[in-house]
Amino acid sequence: MQPLLKVEGLKKYYPIRKGFFTSRKGYVKAVDHLSFQVFPGETLGIVGESGSGKSTMGRTVIRLEEPTEGRILFNNQDISRSSMAELRGLRKEMQIIFQDPYSSLNPRKRIGDLLAEPMQVHFSFDDSTTKQKVNDLLEIVGLSQQHRNRYPHEFSGGQRQRIGIARALTLQPKLIVCDEPVSALDVSIQSQILNLLKELQGEFQLTYLFIAHGLAAVKYVSDRIAVMYLGQIVELAPTQEIFKQPKHPYTQALLDAYPAADPIVRNRERIVLEGDIPSPAHPPQGCRFHTRCPFAQTRCQEEEPLLNGEHHLVACHFPLS
Amino acid sequence: MLQYIARRIVIAVPVLFGVTIFNFVIMHLAPGNPVDMFVNPFATEADIAIKKAQLGLNDPIWVQYIHWLQNLLQGNLGYSFSTYEPVTQMISVRFGPTFLLMGSSLLIAYLLAIPIGIISATRQYSTIDYTATTFSFLGVSIPHFFMGLGAIYLFAVVWPVFPTGGMNQLGGDGGLSDTLRHLILPALVLGTGVAGNMVRYVRSSMLEVLGQDYLRTARAKGLREFIVTNKHALRNAMIPIITIIGLDIPLLVGGAVVTEQIFQWPGLGQLTIQSINSRDYPTLMAINFIAAAVVLLSNLLTDIMYSVVDPRIKYNK
Amino acid sequence: MNTAKVSESIHFQQKLGEETGYLKMIWQRFFKHHMAVTGTVVFLLIVLMAVLAPWLAPMDPNRVDPVSFQSAPSAAHILGTDDVGRDVLSRLLYAARVSLSVGLGAVAIYVMIGTLIGAVAGFFGGWIDGLLMRITDIFMSFPYLMVILVLVSVMGPSLTNIIVVLGVLGWPQVARIVRGSVLQIKQMDYVKAAVALGYSAPRIVFSHILPNAFAPILVNATFGMANAIITESSLSFLGMGVQPPTASWGNMLTQAQSLTVLSSQPWMWLPSGFMIVIAVLSINFMGDGLRDAVDPKSFR
Repeated sequence: MQPLLKVEGLKKYYPIRKGFFTSRKGYVKAVDHLSFQVFPGETLGIVGESGSGKSTMGRTVIRLEEPTEGRILFNNQDISRSSMAELRGLRKEMQIIFQDPYSSLNPRKRIGDLLAEPMQVHFSFDDSTTKQKVNDLLEIVGLSQQHRNRYPHEFSGGQRQRIGIARALTLQPKLIVCDEPVSALDVSIQSQILNLLKELQGEFQLTYLFIAHGLAAVKYVSDRIAVMYLGQIVELAPTQEIFKQPKHPYTQALLDAYPAADPIVRNRERIVLEGDIPSPAHPPQGCRFHTRCPFAQTRCQEEEPLLNGEHHLVACHFPLS
Repeated sequence: MLQYIARRIVIAVPVLFGVTIFNFVIMHLAPGNPVDMFVNPFATEADIAIKKAQLGLNDPIWVQYIHWLQNLLQGNLGYSFSTYEPVTQMISVRFGPTFLLMGSSLLIAYLLAIPIGIISATRQYSTIDYTATTFSFLGVSIPHFFMGLGAIYLFAVVWPVFPTGGMNQLGGDGGLSDTLRHLILPALVLGTGVAGNMVRYVRSSMLEVLGQDYLRTARAKGLREFIVTNKHALRNAMIPIITIIGLDIPLLVGGAVVTEQIFQWPGLGQLTIQSINSRDYPTLMAINFIAAAVVLLSNLLTDIMYSVVDPRIKYNK
Repeated sequence: MNTAKVSESIHFQQKLGEETGYLKMIWQRFFKHHMAVTGTVVFLLIVLMAVLAPWLAPMDPNRVDPVSFQSAPSAAHILGTDDVGRDVLSRLLYAARVSLSVGLGAVAIYVMIGTLIGAVAGFFGGWIDGLLMRITDIFMSFPYLMVILVLVSVMGPSLTNIIVVLGVLGWPQVARIVRGSVLQIKQMDYVKAAVALGYSAPRIVFSHILPNAFAPILVNATFGMANAIITESSLSFLGMGVQPPTASWGNMLTQAQSLTVLSSQPWMWLPSGFMIVIAVLSINFMGDGLRDAVDPKSFR
C-alpha cells in the first residue's frame, strides 16, 4: 500500500543566536533525522516526554514550521520545499487539532463564522450551502446548531475541543495531526473526545498522527506507536507489540511509569528514569539515551544506534528481549 | 557586557545617519534659494551662478550630503545664512544655557516625581493619591507655553518676585545669583511639565513592585513598613524608573524650545525658532543633529544602565 | 507596552471571556472610573461645541469690530475682543474645530501607518522586521517638536500640513505596540490554525490578529490625540501652526508674548489657554480610564 505521508530524514533545528548580530552559537536540535510512514486510514501514535520534539515534528510535517532538512512526501508529492502559496491549496488535505482548546479558537469570532470561513476561502459554496454544512459539522461533533451564534468563551473546554475538531473537518482533509488533543481536558471528558475522534476516523476515512505525552493515552486509538526521545524515534512498532514486548529500555521505562494492577508484573524489576531529559542543544554523544539508561555500556557512548527492523523497529545496541 | 554596549553603539550609528539624511532631504526641499541670502539684490544671473557653484549647490544632493558629513567630522558645521557666523560658534555659545535649563528641570522633575509617586503608590486610592494623580494629569495636560505665560503673569507681573525673562539682568553683573533668579521660573515650568509624566510612571512601577510576593514575605517576616517600602520595594521599582530618563529627554528637548522662547532664555531652543524664522538651514541642520545625537545617547545610556541595574537582562538579542 | 504585558492582556481577555463578553466587561469597568466618565462628558461637550459653533457663536469669528478692539469683556463681547477687534468668544468656539480636527486627523493617519508597519514587521519577522524596526528607531530618535517645526516651516504652516506632519511623524509608538502584540498573538494556536487552514497573509493579519490587538492601540490613540492637540497649539502659538485669521486656541495666545497683553488684557489669552487645558485633560482622563479598563493588572 502507498503511504499517505512519508517522512525521510526530517530535521528541524532552531539556531541559538549570540554575540554580534547573527553569528550562530549552535542549534537546538528539536527534530533530528526522523523517518517514518503513515498509511491511509491508520493512526500513528507519537509518544515522548516534553522536549522530545514530538509537537515540533507534528507541526513541521504539515509545514507550520519550516523543516531544516529532509523530505516530506504527502501523497507522493514532496511538500518540504513548497512555497507558502503552493501550500495553500494543499492545506485542505491536512489539518491539525491543538492541545489547548482555549488558545486555539479566535476569541473574537462566532462559532458559525469560525467554521464557515475555511469553506468561504477554499470552496465556492453559496451561503445556504455553507450554512447547512456548518450545521452538519456541529451535529457531527456533538454540538447543536444553536451554538452557531456564540463566542468561544461561552463553551467549556471539552466543547471547545469539539469545535476545534469541527474546524479541522471543514475542508475534508485526509490527514489530521492531533497534537495532544485530550491532555488539557478533564479525565471524564478525555474518553468522550477520543471516542469522537475514533468515530470520525471511520466515517471520513481519516488518517491520524496522534501525538501524546504518555503511552496510555495513545494505546486506545493507535494502530502503531512511535516513541521519541530527544528528537529521534527510538522505537516504532504496532501498538500490541509495544505494550507486550518493548525492545527499547526507554519504552520500558515509560511503561513502568504507570502503576501496574497485576501483582506479578508489579514485583518485576522496574526501570525508573533518573534525572531530566538532556538539553536538545547539546544531545549526548553516541546513543542519546545512554546518560539515563541502566544498561548502557561503552559502545552506547561512542556509536549512535540506528533504527532497525521490519515491523518492530528499534534504535538500540542491546535491545531488550 | 562590553560586547552588549558595543552592539548598542553599532546599532545607534546607522540610526544617527538616518536622522541626518532625513534632515538633509527636508532642508533641500525647502523653498527659497539660500544663495539669495548671500548676494545683494542687484547681483546678475551670472554672479548667482558663480556663487551657487562656490557653495557646491550645483552638485547632486548626495554629493552635498557627503560634503556636509566630511565637514561635520572635522567639527565644521557650516556658516549661518543669517549671521554669517560659523554655526559651531553660534551653537557653542547657546549650549551652556540650554544644558543648565534642562539639567535643573530634570532635577526638579525627579525631586517632585519620585517622592510623590511613591507616596501615591503606598497610599493607593487615598485622597493623597487622587490629588497627586490629578496634579500629574494637569502637569501633562497644560502646554508648556501656557504654564510659562501663567507663571510670568503670576510671579513676574502680579507678584513680581522673579524677572519676566532673559538669563541675566541687563547691565547687571551677570553673577550666579542673578542667573539663578532668572532660571527658577523656566526650570520650574519645564520641570513640572516633565514631572507630571514621571509621577504616573513612578506610581505604576511602584505599585507593580508592591504587589510582588517577596514584599509580602518581607512583611510576613515582621519588617517595619518603612523598611519594606524604602529598602525592598524602592530598589526594585528603580529599574523601570531609570528607563524614563531616556524617554524624558526628547520631551525635554521639545519643551525647552517653547520654554526658552517664552522666557527669552538664550539657549538652543530659542536659536531654533530664530533659525526657522530666518530660514537659516545650516544652523537648523546642526541643532537637529545635536538634538538627535543627545536623544540617541540618552537612549543608549538608559539601555546600558538598565542592564547594569537589572541582572536579568540578557546581553544577547 | 512590553511583550509580557501584552501576553498577560491576551490571557486576561480569555479569562474574562469566561464570565462576560470582553467588550462588555471593559465598558463596565470604564464606567466605574469617575474621572474617565467626567472626561468623556466634557470631551463630548467640546465636540458638540465644535459642531454647533456656527449656531452658538454670537458673531462671525473673523469679523472685525471697527469700534472696539482690545476691549475688555462687555455685553456686546462677552469675552472681549482681540487686538484687531474680533470677538474672542466666537473665535474660541470655532477654534475647537481646529483642535479636534488636528487630534482626530493626525491620530487617524498615524494609527494607520503604525498599525500597518507594526503588523508587517511582527507578522513577517526576519529582515523585514529588522529593517522596519531600524526605521522606527530613526523616527523615534527625532527630537520630535524640532523636526515638526522644521517640517511645518518647510511645507508652509497650515492646518492640513500640521495634520499631515503630525500623522507622518507620530506612528513609531503605535508600530512598536502593534508589533509586540502581533508577535504575541502570532504564537497563539488560533493563528497557527488559520495558517493550517490555508488563509492568505492579509486575511490572517487583518481578520485574525489585529482585532485582538485593538485595546492597546485604542489607549495609545486616545493619549495621542491629547498630545496632537498640545503640539498643534504650541506650533500655532509659535506662529508655525494655524495662521490667522483662522482661529486656533494656540494662535489666540500668541499675542500674550507681549508683556502688555499678558499683564493687562488677560481676556485675550486666558480663555483659550484654559480651553486647551480642559480639552487635553478630558481626553487624558478618558485615556486613563480606558487604560485601566483594558489593563489586566488593575482588575481585582
